[in-house]
Amino acid sequence: MVSAVFHSPSASRKPLASVTTTSPVQAAAARPVFVGVPDATSASTERPGAAIRPPRDLRAFWLRVLPPLLGFAVLVVIWELIALRSTTGFPSPLKVWQQAVVVFSDPFYSKGPNDQGVGWNVLASLQRVGLGFGLAAAVGIPAGFAIGRFEFLSRMFNPLISLLRPVSPLAWLPIGLLVFKGANPAAIWTIFICSIWPMVINTAVGVQRVPSDYMNVARVLNLSEWKVLTKILFPSVLPYMLTGVRLAVGTAWLVIVAAEMLTGGVGIGFWVWDEWNNLNVANIIIAIFVIGLVGLVLEFLLIRLATLFTFEEVKA
Amino acid sequence: MNPNLTSKFIDIQNVEQTFKTPKGSFQALRDIDLSVAKGEFVALIGHSGCGKSTLLNLIAGLTRPTHGVLLCADREIAGPGPERAVVFQNHSLLPWLTCHENVHLGVERVFGKAEGKAQLKSRTEAALALVGLTAAAHKRPGEISGGMKQRVGIARALAMEPKVLLMDEPFGALDALTRARLQDELLAIVQRTHSTVVMVTHDVDEAVLLSDRIVMMTNGPSATIGEILRIDLARPRNRVELAEDRDYVHYRKAVIDFLYTRQGHVEKAAA
Repeated sequence: MVSAVFHSPSASRKPLASVTTTSPVQAAAARPVFVGVPDATSASTERPGAAIRPPRDLRAFWLRVLPPLLGFAVLVVIWELIALRSTTGFPSPLKVWQQAVVVFSDPFYSKGPNDQGVGWNVLASLQRVGLGFGLAAAVGIPAGFAIGRFEFLSRMFNPLISLLRPVSPLAWLPIGLLVFKGANPAAIWTIFICSIWPMVINTAVGVQRVPSDYMNVARVLNLSEWKVLTKILFPSVLPYMLTGVRLAVGTAWLVIVAAEMLTGGVGIGFWVWDEWNNLNVANIIIAIFVIGLVGLVLEFLLIRLATLFTFEEVKA
Repeated sequence: MNPNLTSKFIDIQNVEQTFKTPKGSFQALRDIDLSVAKGEFVALIGHSGCGKSTLLNLIAGLTRPTHGVLLCADREIAGPGPERAVVFQNHSLLPWLTCHENVHLGVERVFGKAEGKAQLKSRTEAALALVGLTAAAHKRPGEISGGMKQRVGIARALAMEPKVLLMDEPFGALDALTRARLQDELLAIVQRTHSTVVMVTHDVDEAVLLSDRIVMMTNGPSATIGEILRIDLARPRNRVELAEDRDYVHYRKAVIDFLYTRQGHVEKAAA
Protein backbone atom coordinates (compact mmCIF):
# COMPACT_ATOMS: atom_id res chain seq x y z
CA MET A 1 0.00 0.00 0.00
CA VAL A 2 2.74 2.45 0.96
CA SER A 3 4.95 1.68 -2.05
CA ALA A 4 2.30 2.74 -4.57
CA VAL A 5 2.68 6.45 -3.73
CA PHE A 6 6.38 6.60 -4.58
CA HIS A 7 7.54 7.00 -8.12
CA SER A 8 9.14 4.00 -9.87
CA PRO A 9 12.89 4.02 -9.24
CA SER A 10 13.69 3.62 -12.93
CA ALA A 11 12.41 7.08 -13.97
CA SER A 12 15.14 9.72 -14.10
CA ARG A 13 14.64 12.41 -11.55
CA LYS A 14 16.16 15.86 -11.07
CA PRO A 15 15.99 17.26 -7.54
CA LEU A 16 12.84 19.33 -7.09
CA ALA A 17 14.77 22.38 -5.96
CA SER A 18 16.34 22.87 -9.35
CA VAL A 19 13.06 22.72 -11.26
CA THR A 20 12.45 26.45 -10.97
CA THR A 21 15.79 27.34 -12.49
CA THR A 22 15.51 25.11 -15.58
CA SER A 23 13.48 25.99 -18.63
CA PRO A 24 9.91 24.73 -18.74
CA VAL A 25 10.64 22.20 -21.49
CA GLN A 26 13.56 20.72 -19.59
CA ALA A 27 11.51 20.60 -16.44
CA ALA A 28 8.72 18.74 -18.19
CA ALA A 29 11.15 16.15 -19.51
CA ALA A 30 12.83 15.65 -16.16
CA ARG A 31 9.63 15.15 -14.21
CA PRO A 32 9.26 11.65 -12.81
CA VAL A 33 6.28 9.50 -13.66
CA PHE A 34 4.01 9.40 -10.62
CA VAL A 35 1.77 6.39 -10.41
CA GLY A 36 -1.80 7.20 -9.54
CA VAL A 37 -1.39 10.98 -9.77
CA PRO A 38 -3.04 11.76 -13.11
CA ASP A 39 -3.46 15.50 -12.62
CA ALA A 40 0.24 16.24 -12.40
CA THR A 41 1.26 14.25 -15.50
CA SER A 42 -1.54 15.59 -17.69
CA ALA A 43 -0.70 19.13 -16.62
CA SER A 44 2.88 18.78 -17.76
CA THR A 45 1.97 17.43 -21.20
CA GLU A 46 -0.84 19.89 -21.89
CA ARG A 47 0.79 23.06 -20.61
CA PRO A 48 4.54 22.93 -20.51
CA GLY A 49 4.59 26.53 -19.38
CA ALA A 50 2.86 25.58 -16.18
CA ALA A 51 5.20 22.68 -15.43
CA ILE A 52 6.97 24.78 -12.82
CA ARG A 53 3.89 24.93 -10.60
CA PRO A 54 2.70 21.28 -10.20
CA PRO A 55 5.92 19.86 -8.73
CA ARG A 56 5.85 22.46 -5.97
CA ASP A 57 2.22 21.69 -5.16
CA LEU A 58 2.99 18.00 -5.01
CA ARG A 59 5.97 18.65 -2.80
CA ALA A 60 3.79 20.49 -0.32
CA PHE A 61 1.34 17.62 -0.51
CA TRP A 62 4.00 15.02 0.31
CA LEU A 63 5.34 17.16 3.11
CA ARG A 64 1.93 17.06 4.67
CA VAL A 65 1.10 13.41 4.05
CA LEU A 66 4.45 11.69 4.59
CA PRO A 67 5.33 12.58 8.20
CA PRO A 68 2.01 11.35 9.67
CA LEU A 69 2.28 8.15 7.62
CA LEU A 70 5.80 7.68 8.90
CA GLY A 71 4.62 8.23 12.45
CA PHE A 72 1.95 5.65 12.00
CA ALA A 73 4.49 3.25 10.48
CA VAL A 74 6.72 3.67 13.55
CA LEU A 75 3.77 2.81 15.77
CA VAL A 76 3.02 -0.33 13.74
CA VAL A 77 6.65 -1.42 13.94
CA ILE A 78 6.80 -1.00 17.72
CA TRP A 79 3.51 -2.81 18.01
CA GLU A 80 4.78 -5.73 15.93
CA LEU A 81 7.85 -5.94 18.13
CA ILE A 82 5.77 -6.02 21.29
CA ALA A 83 3.50 -8.67 19.82
CA LEU A 84 6.42 -10.83 18.78
CA ARG A 85 7.96 -10.73 22.23
CA SER A 86 4.71 -11.07 24.14
CA THR A 87 4.02 -14.26 26.02
CA THR A 88 0.49 -13.32 27.03
CA GLY A 89 -0.99 -13.32 23.56
CA PHE A 90 -0.71 -9.69 22.59
CA PRO A 91 -2.07 -9.63 19.04
CA SER A 92 0.07 -8.50 16.15
CA PRO A 93 -1.01 -5.72 13.80
CA LEU A 94 -1.96 -8.24 11.17
CA LYS A 95 -4.23 -10.19 13.49
CA VAL A 96 -5.90 -7.01 14.65
CA TRP A 97 -6.42 -5.95 11.06
CA GLN A 98 -8.06 -9.27 10.25
CA GLN A 99 -10.28 -8.98 13.31
CA ALA A 100 -11.15 -5.42 12.37
CA VAL A 101 -12.34 -6.60 8.98
CA VAL A 102 -14.65 -9.03 10.72
CA VAL A 103 -15.93 -6.46 13.18
CA PHE A 104 -16.57 -3.75 10.61
CA SER A 105 -18.13 -6.06 8.08
CA ASP A 106 -21.29 -6.07 10.14
CA PRO A 107 -21.18 -3.08 12.47
CA PHE A 108 -24.89 -2.91 13.08
CA TYR A 109 -25.85 -6.42 14.07
CA SER A 110 -27.87 -6.94 17.20
CA LYS A 111 -28.12 -10.24 19.02
CA GLY A 112 -29.60 -8.94 22.19
CA PRO A 113 -28.87 -6.02 24.53
CA ASN A 114 -25.38 -7.15 25.52
CA ASP A 115 -24.16 -8.29 22.15
CA GLN A 116 -24.35 -5.58 19.54
CA GLY A 117 -22.29 -4.42 16.62
CA VAL A 118 -19.60 -1.80 17.10
CA GLY A 119 -21.72 0.71 15.20
CA TRP A 120 -24.54 0.48 17.74
CA ASN A 121 -22.11 0.74 20.60
CA VAL A 122 -20.50 3.87 19.26
CA LEU A 123 -23.88 5.41 18.61
CA ALA A 124 -25.07 4.56 22.11
CA SER A 125 -22.02 6.21 23.60
CA LEU A 126 -22.40 9.26 21.40
CA GLN A 127 -26.01 9.53 22.41
CA ARG A 128 -25.13 9.59 26.09
CA VAL A 129 -22.39 12.10 25.47
CA GLY A 130 -24.78 14.21 23.47
CA LEU A 131 -27.38 14.24 26.21
CA GLY A 132 -25.00 14.86 29.08
CA PHE A 133 -23.07 17.43 27.16
CA GLY A 134 -26.21 19.15 25.90
CA LEU A 135 -27.52 19.49 29.44
CA ALA A 136 -24.16 20.77 30.61
CA ALA A 137 -24.18 23.41 27.86
CA ALA A 138 -27.76 24.43 28.62
CA VAL A 139 -26.89 24.96 32.28
CA GLY A 140 -23.23 25.90 32.07
CA ILE A 141 -23.24 28.58 29.42
CA PRO A 142 -25.94 30.80 30.93
CA ALA A 143 -24.33 30.26 34.33
CA GLY A 144 -21.01 31.36 32.84
CA PHE A 145 -22.63 34.51 31.47
CA ALA A 146 -24.15 35.35 34.82
CA ILE A 147 -20.94 34.69 36.73
CA GLY A 148 -18.88 36.73 34.27
CA ARG A 149 -21.27 39.66 34.24
CA PHE A 150 -21.98 40.03 37.93
CA GLU A 151 -19.08 40.29 40.32
CA PHE A 152 -21.16 39.11 43.26
CA LEU A 153 -22.12 35.84 41.61
CA SER A 154 -18.53 35.35 40.62
CA ARG A 155 -17.43 35.63 44.23
CA MET A 156 -20.23 33.32 45.27
CA PHE A 157 -19.49 30.48 42.91
CA ASN A 158 -15.76 30.57 42.23
CA PRO A 159 -14.78 28.72 45.42
CA LEU A 160 -17.38 26.04 44.66
CA ILE A 161 -16.14 25.64 41.12
CA SER A 162 -12.53 25.44 42.23
CA LEU A 163 -13.48 22.81 44.77
CA LEU A 164 -15.51 20.57 42.49
CA ARG A 165 -13.57 20.92 39.28
CA PRO A 166 -10.60 18.66 40.07
CA VAL A 167 -12.81 15.78 41.20
CA SER A 168 -12.42 12.75 38.95
CA PRO A 169 -15.53 11.89 36.98
CA LEU A 170 -15.51 8.38 38.29
CA ALA A 171 -15.99 9.63 41.83
CA TRP A 172 -19.28 11.15 40.70
CA LEU A 173 -20.51 7.90 39.24
CA PRO A 174 -21.64 6.18 42.47
CA ILE A 175 -23.66 9.25 43.39
CA GLY A 176 -25.29 9.10 40.00
CA LEU A 177 -26.11 5.44 40.44
CA LEU A 178 -27.55 6.14 43.86
CA VAL A 179 -29.73 9.05 42.84
CA PHE A 180 -30.81 7.97 39.39
CA LYS A 181 -30.91 4.24 40.03
CA GLY A 182 -29.88 3.28 36.51
CA ALA A 183 -26.74 2.89 34.42
CA ASN A 184 -27.85 5.17 31.61
CA PRO A 185 -28.91 8.21 33.66
CA ALA A 186 -25.91 7.73 35.93
CA ALA A 187 -23.55 7.84 32.93
CA ILE A 188 -25.30 10.94 31.60
CA TRP A 189 -25.04 12.57 35.02
CA THR A 190 -21.33 11.82 35.10
CA ILE A 191 -20.84 13.41 31.69
CA PHE A 192 -22.87 16.42 32.80
CA ILE A 193 -20.93 17.08 35.98
CA CYS A 194 -17.57 16.76 34.26
CA SER A 195 -18.15 18.68 31.07
CA ILE A 196 -19.92 21.59 32.72
CA TRP A 197 -16.82 23.13 34.30
CA PRO A 198 -14.87 24.14 31.18
CA MET A 199 -18.00 25.69 29.75
CA VAL A 200 -18.82 27.73 32.84
CA ILE A 201 -15.26 28.91 33.37
CA ASN A 202 -14.47 29.73 29.76
CA THR A 203 -17.73 31.57 29.23
CA ALA A 204 -17.21 33.57 32.43
CA VAL A 205 -13.68 34.50 31.38
CA GLY A 206 -14.95 35.48 27.96
CA VAL A 207 -17.53 37.79 29.48
CA GLN A 208 -14.93 39.39 31.73
CA ARG A 209 -12.59 39.85 28.79
CA VAL A 210 -15.03 41.79 26.61
CA PRO A 211 -12.96 44.81 25.61
CA SER A 212 -13.98 47.86 27.65
CA ASP A 213 -14.12 49.80 24.38
CA TYR A 214 -17.16 47.82 23.32
CA MET A 215 -18.81 48.34 26.67
CA ASN A 216 -18.14 52.07 26.38
CA VAL A 217 -19.80 52.03 22.99
CA ALA A 218 -22.76 50.28 24.59
CA ARG A 219 -22.89 52.96 27.27
CA VAL A 220 -22.65 55.89 24.88
CA LEU A 221 -25.28 54.37 22.65
CA ASN A 222 -27.34 53.64 25.74
CA LEU A 223 -28.15 50.14 24.54
CA SER A 224 -30.72 48.08 26.39
CA GLU A 225 -29.47 45.11 28.39
CA TRP A 226 -30.89 42.73 25.80
CA LYS A 227 -29.10 44.51 22.94
CA VAL A 228 -25.87 44.48 24.95
CA LEU A 229 -26.27 40.75 25.40
CA THR A 230 -27.07 39.91 21.79
CA LYS A 231 -24.98 42.42 19.91
CA ILE A 232 -21.93 42.76 22.10
CA LEU A 233 -21.58 40.14 24.83
CA PHE A 234 -22.62 37.06 22.91
CA PRO A 235 -20.53 37.55 19.75
CA SER A 236 -17.55 38.67 21.81
CA VAL A 237 -17.78 35.68 24.16
CA LEU A 238 -18.42 33.15 21.41
CA PRO A 239 -14.77 32.22 20.77
CA TYR A 240 -14.19 31.59 24.48
CA MET A 241 -17.41 29.65 24.69
CA LEU A 242 -16.43 27.44 21.79
CA THR A 243 -13.07 26.74 23.42
CA GLY A 244 -14.96 25.66 26.52
CA VAL A 245 -17.18 23.46 24.38
CA ARG A 246 -14.19 21.84 22.71
CA LEU A 247 -12.58 21.08 26.05
CA ALA A 248 -15.87 19.78 27.40
CA VAL A 249 -16.43 17.44 24.48
CA GLY A 250 -12.93 16.07 24.84
CA THR A 251 -13.51 15.43 28.53
CA ALA A 252 -16.97 13.98 27.94
CA TRP A 253 -15.72 11.49 25.40
CA LEU A 254 -12.99 10.42 27.78
CA VAL A 255 -15.38 10.06 30.64
CA ILE A 256 -18.03 8.06 28.84
CA VAL A 257 -15.63 5.23 28.12
CA ALA A 258 -14.62 5.00 31.77
CA ALA A 259 -18.18 5.30 33.01
CA GLU A 260 -19.43 2.63 30.67
CA MET A 261 -16.70 0.27 31.71
CA LEU A 262 -18.04 0.48 35.23
CA THR A 263 -21.74 0.46 34.57
CA GLY A 264 -22.01 -1.92 31.64
CA GLY A 265 -24.99 -2.10 29.34
CA VAL A 266 -24.25 -0.66 25.93
CA GLY A 267 -21.60 1.61 24.60
CA ILE A 268 -18.05 1.51 23.44
CA GLY A 269 -16.68 1.52 27.00
CA PHE A 270 -18.82 -1.43 27.89
CA TRP A 271 -17.61 -3.18 24.76
CA VAL A 272 -14.00 -2.69 25.84
CA TRP A 273 -14.65 -4.24 29.22
CA ASP A 274 -16.74 -7.03 27.78
CA GLU A 275 -14.05 -7.97 25.27
CA TRP A 276 -11.51 -7.94 28.10
CA ASN A 277 -13.64 -10.41 29.98
CA ASN A 278 -13.68 -12.57 26.86
CA LEU A 279 -9.94 -12.08 26.43
CA ASN A 280 -10.46 -10.67 22.94
CA VAL A 281 -7.51 -8.32 23.09
CA ALA A 282 -7.68 -7.66 19.35
CA ASN A 283 -11.14 -6.15 19.84
CA ILE A 284 -9.85 -3.98 22.66
CA ILE A 285 -7.20 -2.55 20.38
CA ILE A 286 -9.82 -1.99 17.70
CA ALA A 287 -11.92 -0.21 20.28
CA ILE A 288 -8.96 2.04 21.14
CA PHE A 289 -8.67 3.09 17.54
CA VAL A 290 -12.40 3.65 17.22
CA ILE A 291 -12.50 5.77 20.38
CA GLY A 292 -9.54 7.82 19.20
CA LEU A 293 -11.03 8.29 15.75
CA VAL A 294 -14.43 9.41 17.00
CA GLY A 295 -12.77 11.83 19.42
CA LEU A 296 -10.70 13.22 16.56
CA VAL A 297 -13.72 13.71 14.36
CA LEU A 298 -15.64 15.47 17.16
CA GLU A 299 -12.73 17.81 17.81
CA PHE A 300 -12.32 18.53 14.11
CA LEU A 301 -15.99 19.37 13.67
CA LEU A 302 -15.90 21.73 16.62
CA ILE A 303 -12.81 23.53 15.38
CA ARG A 304 -14.53 24.06 12.05
CA LEU A 305 -17.54 25.43 13.88
CA ALA A 306 -15.34 27.70 15.93
CA THR A 307 -13.51 29.16 12.94
CA LEU A 308 -16.85 30.04 11.38
CA PHE A 309 -17.67 32.28 14.28
CA THR A 310 -14.40 33.80 15.31
CA PHE A 311 -12.83 36.89 13.92
CA GLU A 312 -9.36 35.96 15.11
CA GLU A 313 -7.49 32.73 14.58
CA VAL A 314 -8.57 29.66 16.48
CA LYS A 315 -5.45 27.76 17.39
CA ALA A 316 -6.07 24.06 16.76
CA MET B 1 -33.84 81.07 22.81
CA ASN B 2 -32.15 81.65 26.09
CA PRO B 3 -29.01 83.62 25.16
CA ASN B 4 -27.12 81.88 27.89
CA LEU B 5 -27.85 78.60 26.25
CA THR B 6 -26.12 79.46 23.01
CA SER B 7 -22.99 80.70 24.65
CA LYS B 8 -22.92 78.10 27.40
CA PHE B 9 -24.16 75.05 25.61
CA ILE B 10 -21.73 72.97 27.59
CA ASP B 11 -21.06 74.45 30.98
CA ILE B 12 -18.35 73.00 33.18
CA GLN B 13 -18.37 74.51 36.63
CA ASN B 14 -15.62 74.12 39.16
CA VAL B 15 -14.97 70.50 38.28
CA GLU B 16 -12.48 68.39 40.11
CA GLN B 17 -11.69 64.76 39.47
CA THR B 18 -9.90 62.55 41.97
CA PHE B 19 -9.33 58.85 41.52
CA LYS B 20 -8.84 56.36 44.30
CA THR B 21 -5.90 54.16 43.55
CA PRO B 22 -4.21 51.46 45.66
CA LYS B 23 -1.44 53.99 46.29
CA GLY B 24 -3.80 56.63 47.62
CA SER B 25 -5.94 59.26 45.97
CA PHE B 26 -4.81 60.80 42.71
CA GLN B 27 -6.11 64.17 41.68
CA ALA B 28 -6.32 64.24 37.91
CA LEU B 29 -8.14 67.55 37.39
CA ARG B 30 -8.83 70.60 39.50
CA ASP B 31 -10.67 73.92 39.10
CA ILE B 32 -11.97 73.28 35.63
CA ASP B 33 -14.24 76.11 34.51
CA LEU B 34 -15.11 76.05 30.86
CA SER B 35 -18.05 76.80 28.64
CA VAL B 36 -18.55 75.83 25.05
CA ALA B 37 -20.96 77.69 22.77
CA LYS B 38 -23.34 75.97 20.41
CA GLY B 39 -21.74 75.18 17.08
CA GLU B 40 -18.28 75.86 18.44
CA PHE B 41 -15.29 73.64 17.78
CA VAL B 42 -13.07 73.38 20.85
CA ALA B 43 -9.77 71.53 20.98
CA LEU B 44 -8.29 70.22 24.23
CA ILE B 45 -4.55 70.00 24.01
CA GLY B 46 -1.81 69.15 26.45
CA HIS B 47 0.95 66.72 27.29
CA SER B 48 0.21 63.10 28.08
CA GLY B 49 -1.30 62.66 31.49
CA CYS B 50 -2.76 66.15 31.66
CA GLY B 51 -6.26 64.79 32.05
CA LYS B 52 -7.70 65.78 28.70
CA SER B 53 -9.23 62.35 28.13
CA THR B 54 -10.54 62.42 31.70
CA LEU B 55 -12.21 65.75 30.96
CA LEU B 56 -13.71 64.38 27.77
CA ASN B 57 -15.03 61.35 29.63
CA LEU B 58 -16.62 63.69 32.14
CA ILE B 59 -18.36 65.62 29.39
CA ALA B 60 -19.44 62.33 27.83
CA GLY B 61 -20.85 61.24 31.15
CA LEU B 62 -18.77 58.08 31.24
CA THR B 63 -17.49 59.19 34.65
CA ARG B 64 -19.01 61.48 37.28
CA PRO B 65 -16.94 64.30 38.75
CA THR B 66 -15.80 64.12 42.34
CA HIS B 67 -16.59 67.77 42.68
CA GLY B 68 -18.40 70.36 40.61
CA VAL B 69 -21.03 69.99 37.95
CA LEU B 70 -21.23 69.63 34.18
CA LEU B 71 -24.21 70.89 32.26
CA CYS B 72 -25.24 70.31 28.71
CA ALA B 73 -28.10 72.40 27.33
CA ASP B 74 -28.91 73.46 30.87
CA ARG B 75 -29.28 69.92 32.14
CA GLU B 76 -26.83 68.11 34.34
CA ILE B 77 -24.81 65.43 32.60
CA ALA B 78 -25.78 62.37 34.60
CA GLY B 79 -24.56 59.61 32.34
CA PRO B 80 -23.51 58.73 28.82
CA GLY B 81 -25.95 59.01 26.00
CA PRO B 82 -26.23 59.32 22.25
CA GLU B 83 -26.81 63.06 22.45
CA ARG B 84 -23.17 63.38 23.44
CA ALA B 85 -21.78 60.98 20.89
CA VAL B 86 -18.19 59.86 21.28
CA VAL B 87 -15.66 58.99 18.62
CA PHE B 88 -13.07 56.84 20.33
CA GLN B 89 -9.41 56.67 19.60
CA ASN B 90 -9.73 52.99 18.77
CA HIS B 91 -12.67 53.27 16.42
CA SER B 92 -14.46 50.72 18.64
CA LEU B 93 -16.43 49.21 15.83
CA LEU B 94 -17.97 45.83 16.57
CA PRO B 95 -16.02 43.45 14.36
CA TRP B 96 -18.85 41.01 13.82
CA LEU B 97 -21.16 43.62 12.32
CA THR B 98 -20.80 45.22 8.92
CA CYS B 99 -20.18 48.95 8.68
CA HIS B 100 -23.82 49.49 7.86
CA GLU B 101 -24.91 47.47 10.89
CA ASN B 102 -22.48 49.30 13.15
CA VAL B 103 -23.93 52.67 12.20
CA HIS B 104 -27.46 51.26 12.23
CA LEU B 105 -27.00 50.24 15.86
CA GLY B 106 -26.75 53.86 16.92
CA VAL B 107 -29.44 55.06 14.56
CA GLU B 108 -31.87 52.42 15.76
CA ARG B 109 -31.24 53.31 19.36
CA VAL B 110 -31.94 56.99 18.88
CA PHE B 111 -34.65 56.99 16.24
CA GLY B 112 -36.01 53.46 16.42
CA LYS B 113 -39.07 54.29 18.47
CA ALA B 114 -40.25 57.11 16.29
CA GLU B 115 -39.35 55.94 12.83
CA GLY B 116 -39.80 52.92 10.64
CA LYS B 117 -37.22 50.55 9.17
CA ALA B 118 -37.00 52.30 5.81
CA GLN B 119 -36.27 55.63 7.44
CA LEU B 120 -33.63 54.15 9.71
CA LYS B 121 -32.01 52.55 6.69
CA SER B 122 -31.91 55.83 4.78
CA ARG B 123 -30.42 57.61 7.81
CA THR B 124 -27.68 55.00 8.02
CA GLU B 125 -26.94 55.27 4.34
CA ALA B 126 -26.86 59.07 4.51
CA ALA B 127 -24.35 58.94 7.36
CA LEU B 128 -22.09 56.58 5.44
CA ALA B 129 -22.38 58.78 2.36
CA LEU B 130 -21.38 61.78 4.48
CA VAL B 131 -18.03 60.15 5.21
CA GLY B 132 -17.73 58.74 1.70
CA LEU B 133 -18.05 55.07 2.62
CA THR B 134 -21.13 53.94 0.73
CA ALA B 135 -19.05 51.36 -1.10
CA ALA B 136 -17.84 49.73 2.09
CA ALA B 137 -21.24 49.57 3.75
CA HIS B 138 -21.44 45.79 3.65
CA LYS B 139 -17.87 45.06 4.61
CA ARG B 140 -16.76 44.13 8.09
CA PRO B 141 -14.24 46.29 10.00
CA GLY B 142 -11.63 43.61 9.50
CA GLU B 143 -11.80 44.16 5.75
CA ILE B 144 -11.23 47.92 5.69
CA SER B 145 -8.30 50.20 6.48
CA GLY B 146 -7.69 52.15 9.70
CA GLY B 147 -8.75 55.43 8.16
CA MET B 148 -11.96 53.91 6.88
CA LYS B 149 -12.71 52.41 10.30
CA GLN B 150 -12.29 55.79 11.92
CA ARG B 151 -14.63 57.30 9.33
CA VAL B 152 -17.25 54.71 10.17
CA GLY B 153 -16.83 55.67 13.81
CA ILE B 154 -17.48 59.28 12.87
CA ALA B 155 -20.45 58.26 10.73
CA ARG B 156 -21.90 56.31 13.65
CA ALA B 157 -21.53 59.29 15.95
CA LEU B 158 -22.98 61.78 13.47
CA ALA B 159 -25.85 59.51 12.44
CA MET B 160 -27.27 59.87 15.92
CA GLU B 161 -27.52 63.65 15.37
CA PRO B 162 -25.88 64.36 18.70
CA LYS B 163 -26.01 67.69 20.44
CA VAL B 164 -22.29 67.43 20.97
CA LEU B 165 -19.63 65.47 19.11
CA LEU B 166 -16.84 64.34 21.42
CA MET B 167 -13.66 63.08 19.85
CA ASP B 168 -10.81 61.49 21.76
CA GLU B 169 -7.70 61.75 19.61
CA PRO B 170 -9.68 60.29 16.73
CA PHE B 171 -6.87 60.49 14.20
CA GLY B 172 -4.04 59.57 16.55
CA ALA B 173 -3.71 56.04 15.31
CA LEU B 174 -3.50 56.99 11.64
CA ASP B 175 -0.62 57.93 9.36
CA ALA B 176 -0.05 61.58 8.53
CA LEU B 177 -1.57 61.53 5.05
CA THR B 178 -4.76 59.78 6.11
CA ARG B 179 -4.96 62.08 9.09
CA ALA B 180 -4.77 65.16 6.85
CA ARG B 181 -7.49 63.79 4.62
CA LEU B 182 -9.80 63.03 7.51
CA GLN B 183 -9.20 66.42 9.06
CA ASP B 184 -10.32 68.05 5.82
CA GLU B 185 -13.38 65.80 5.71
CA LEU B 186 -14.21 66.64 9.30
CA LEU B 187 -13.96 70.34 8.53
CA ALA B 188 -16.40 69.92 5.66
CA ILE B 189 -18.81 67.83 7.72
CA VAL B 190 -18.79 70.19 10.67
CA GLN B 191 -19.40 73.10 8.31
CA ARG B 192 -22.42 71.34 6.90
CA THR B 193 -23.92 70.06 10.14
CA HIS B 194 -22.97 72.98 12.42
CA SER B 195 -22.12 70.46 15.15
CA THR B 196 -20.70 71.43 18.50
CA VAL B 197 -17.41 69.59 18.78
CA VAL B 198 -14.96 69.00 21.60
CA MET B 199 -11.84 67.25 20.39
CA VAL B 200 -8.90 65.97 22.36
CA THR B 201 -5.66 66.09 20.46
CA HIS B 202 -1.95 66.30 20.96
CA ASP B 203 -1.30 67.57 17.45
CA VAL B 204 -0.77 71.35 17.41
CA ASP B 205 -1.43 71.76 13.70
CA GLU B 206 -4.62 69.82 13.96
CA ALA B 207 -5.83 71.95 16.83
CA VAL B 208 -5.10 75.26 15.08
CA LEU B 209 -6.51 74.11 11.76
CA LEU B 210 -9.79 72.71 13.03
CA SER B 211 -10.86 74.61 16.11
CA ASP B 212 -12.39 77.93 17.08
CA ARG B 213 -10.79 77.82 20.49
CA ILE B 214 -7.89 75.85 21.88
CA VAL B 215 -8.01 74.95 25.56
CA MET B 216 -4.45 74.34 26.66
CA MET B 217 -4.06 72.27 29.78
CA THR B 218 -1.26 72.28 32.30
CA ASN B 219 0.66 69.15 33.10
CA GLY B 220 -0.78 66.54 35.39
CA PRO B 221 -1.35 65.57 38.13
CA SER B 222 -3.85 68.15 39.38
CA ALA B 223 -3.98 69.59 35.90
CA THR B 224 -6.10 72.60 35.15
CA ILE B 225 -6.80 74.88 32.24
CA GLY B 226 -3.65 76.85 31.53
CA GLU B 227 -4.76 79.12 28.73
CA ILE B 228 -7.53 79.44 26.21
CA LEU B 229 -6.58 80.69 22.78
CA ARG B 230 -9.21 81.95 20.37
CA ILE B 231 -8.49 81.08 16.75
CA ASP B 232 -9.81 83.77 14.45
CA LEU B 233 -9.19 82.24 11.09
CA ALA B 234 -11.88 82.55 8.45
CA ARG B 235 -13.82 79.47 7.45
CA PRO B 236 -13.73 77.47 5.26
CA ARG B 237 -10.09 76.80 6.06
CA ASN B 238 -7.63 75.57 3.49
CA ARG B 239 -4.51 73.95 4.90
CA VAL B 240 -2.32 74.75 1.92
CA GLU B 241 -3.17 78.47 2.01
CA LEU B 242 -2.89 78.63 5.78
CA ALA B 243 0.58 77.17 5.77
CA GLU B 244 1.92 80.62 4.92
CA ASP B 245 -0.74 82.65 6.69
CA ARG B 246 0.72 84.96 9.30
CA ASP B 247 -2.07 84.50 11.81
CA TYR B 248 -1.91 80.73 11.50
CA VAL B 249 1.81 80.77 12.18
CA HIS B 250 1.27 83.10 15.10
CA TYR B 251 -1.38 80.88 16.69
CA ARG B 252 0.73 77.84 16.14
CA LYS B 253 3.64 79.51 17.84
CA ALA B 254 1.49 80.48 20.79
CA VAL B 255 0.41 76.89 21.36
CA ILE B 256 3.91 75.49 20.95
CA ASP B 257 5.23 78.14 23.29
CA PHE B 258 2.72 77.06 25.92
CA LEU B 259 3.37 73.37 25.48
CA TYR B 260 7.12 73.29 25.12
CA THR B 261 8.38 76.38 26.87
CA ARG B 262 6.03 76.96 29.72
CA GLN B 263 4.75 73.45 30.27
CA GLY B 264 7.86 71.87 28.89
CA HIS B 265 9.27 69.82 31.73
CA VAL B 266 6.99 66.83 31.56
CA GLU B 267 9.54 64.25 32.68
CA LYS B 268 10.43 66.20 35.80
CA ALA B 269 6.80 66.76 36.68
CA ALA B 270 6.01 63.09 36.25
CA ALA B 271 8.94 62.13 38.47
